[in-house]
Amino acid sequence: MGKRKIKFKTVLTYVLLVLWGLIVLFPFYWMVLTSLKSYSSYNSEYIPKFYTLSPTLQNYADVFTEVPLGRYLLNTLLFTVVTTAIMVVVAVLAAFAFARLKFRGRNLVFALFLSLMMLPNELVIITNFVTITNAKLSNSFPGLILPSVMSVFYVYLLKENFEMVPDNLYLAAKVDGTSDLKYLLRVLVPISRPTIITIIILKVIECWNSYVWPRLITDDPRYYLVSNGIQEIRENGFGRENIPAMMAAVVVISVPLIVLFLIFRNKIMAGVLRGGTKG
Amino acid sequence: METNNKKAWLYLLPAGIFLAVFMVYPLIDVFIYSLEESYNFASQTSRGTGLFNFSYILHDPYFLQAVRNTALCVAITVPISTGLSLLIAFGLSSIKALKNLFQTIYFLPYVTNTLAVGLVFMILFKKTAYTDGMVNLLIHFFHGPTVDFIDGPYWAKMFVLCFYVIWIVMPFKILILTSALASVDVSYYNAAKVDGTKGWRIFLRITLPMISPTVFYLIITGFIGAFKEYSDAVALFGTDLNAAKMNTIVGYIYDMLYGDAGGYPSYAAAAAILLFAIILTITVINLLVSRKHVYY
Repeated sequence: MGKRKIKFKTVLTYVLLVLWGLIVLFPFYWMVLTSLKSYSSYNSEYIPKFYTLSPTLQNYADVFTEVPLGRYLLNTLLFTVVTTAIMVVVAVLAAFAFARLKFRGRNLVFALFLSLMMLPNELVIITNFVTITNAKLSNSFPGLILPSVMSVFYVYLLKENFEMVPDNLYLAAKVDGTSDLKYLLRVLVPISRPTIITIIILKVIECWNSYVWPRLITDDPRYYLVSNGIQEIRENGFGRENIPAMMAAVVVISVPLIVLFLIFRNKIMAGVLRGGTKG
Repeated sequence: METNNKKAWLYLLPAGIFLAVFMVYPLIDVFIYSLEESYNFASQTSRGTGLFNFSYILHDPYFLQAVRNTALCVAITVPISTGLSLLIAFGLSSIKALKNLFQTIYFLPYVTNTLAVGLVFMILFKKTAYTDGMVNLLIHFFHGPTVDFIDGPYWAKMFVLCFYVIWIVMPFKILILTSALASVDVSYYNAAKVDGTKGWRIFLRITLPMISPTVFYLIITGFIGAFKEYSDAVALFGTDLNAAKMNTIVGYIYDMLYGDAGGYPSYAAAAAILLFAIILTITVINLLVSRKHVYY
């Protein structure tokens, strides 16, 4: 009797888990499936089919020729790489100062610094919009990148990590006459590589998916990133609702991050666990 | 260790410049904007100083609509996503086979581009002249009346929005709860088993209290996130959210800055400050409640 009850519970658990798995996966399946249907076959299906017998790659060709998805992707790549690179340099320097250097007012400055973490983006984005517009930097990469660089949380994460490195190493380096910068680059950064990789991945995800700032600060499609690019494709892209082509664009945009996730699964999940947000 | 003031400030300088220009100054400036009555970005003029901007947006039907939409979205998505993620995390922690696979699948929405995948939801729920769409096919199968979820009645649009929001926020919650559940000391369960405690009582009396700090953390971040709802709505209904009657508070802020109705940073600032005040109030209430109910 008891055993049967346990079995029933296990079955119920698996049913629930599989059900949620299907809800998560179904949209991905549907976007790949639809992207492989031809325009005419998609539109002739009043009742949509769950499979296709004549898959075509035409839509994938169309997203690079009929709409500038390639350009959006390159823009996003450039934006992501530069923003992340600047962020890492700035964050490593600041974290080092907070973790290793002694200076007057360190605790106070760090407390102020942390309090900025609570600041909602919506509150500061208004002035940033005005600042960048007045600096004539709208529709430019500096205008896209500069306000997106800082993430207080990553400095905090790095500082915690730097502090775990034993003091002896620092003192030994001092005795040897190693400069602070050299110590930072030769000792601290290599030791903290896992954390640095984690913040790089989290920042890359953030940049790749950022929508609000690019939408505000650019209205020239030559500077669109994938998020406002796909919105542009939806509203003015393929003429009359070419949904299969639109889905091909969605697949192309989604694949890089999914691949990144499958490669760095554990790192990403551990990083989000330590303080990612969303939702 | 000797103090090295100058050098330390030098290391902090880059971060300091970025923060000063793009966070500290804007934070002060937003309050100034909110008090400059009807400041117009194009002509760089305002009518004076006072609280008119707040009164203007509080009488703006679009703002009230946005507040209503946002509040509904918060009230629906936060309890459902928290409860559902508890259920799933609990299920995940009670199995061994396929656990890794499930965890990987469940996390996928976290790394997807909200704007792009929202389009998939749009075509799944949309009803056009050419097709009723996937979801309506399902409804039809169960003999229900079909409905256009994207351009149809208000409740249908709200349903898709909430559905999509929940889909997007679940990975984060499942991940955090699964790890919290894994850190509960097994000896408590063993003791309960020896005492012959029933399964659901173990959950209510042991598991839930043990992970209550995590649950409250998720509720608070859930509230904050849902109040800032915006991109998911754009993904489903397009950029003109006012026309779709599906605008949110954050969407209202951006519309005031940019686009056809834009150029009014002072109204945007007033709306942003109101949003911040709402979020702060809810967070404080949550913290007060959690003090009474969190067992640590």
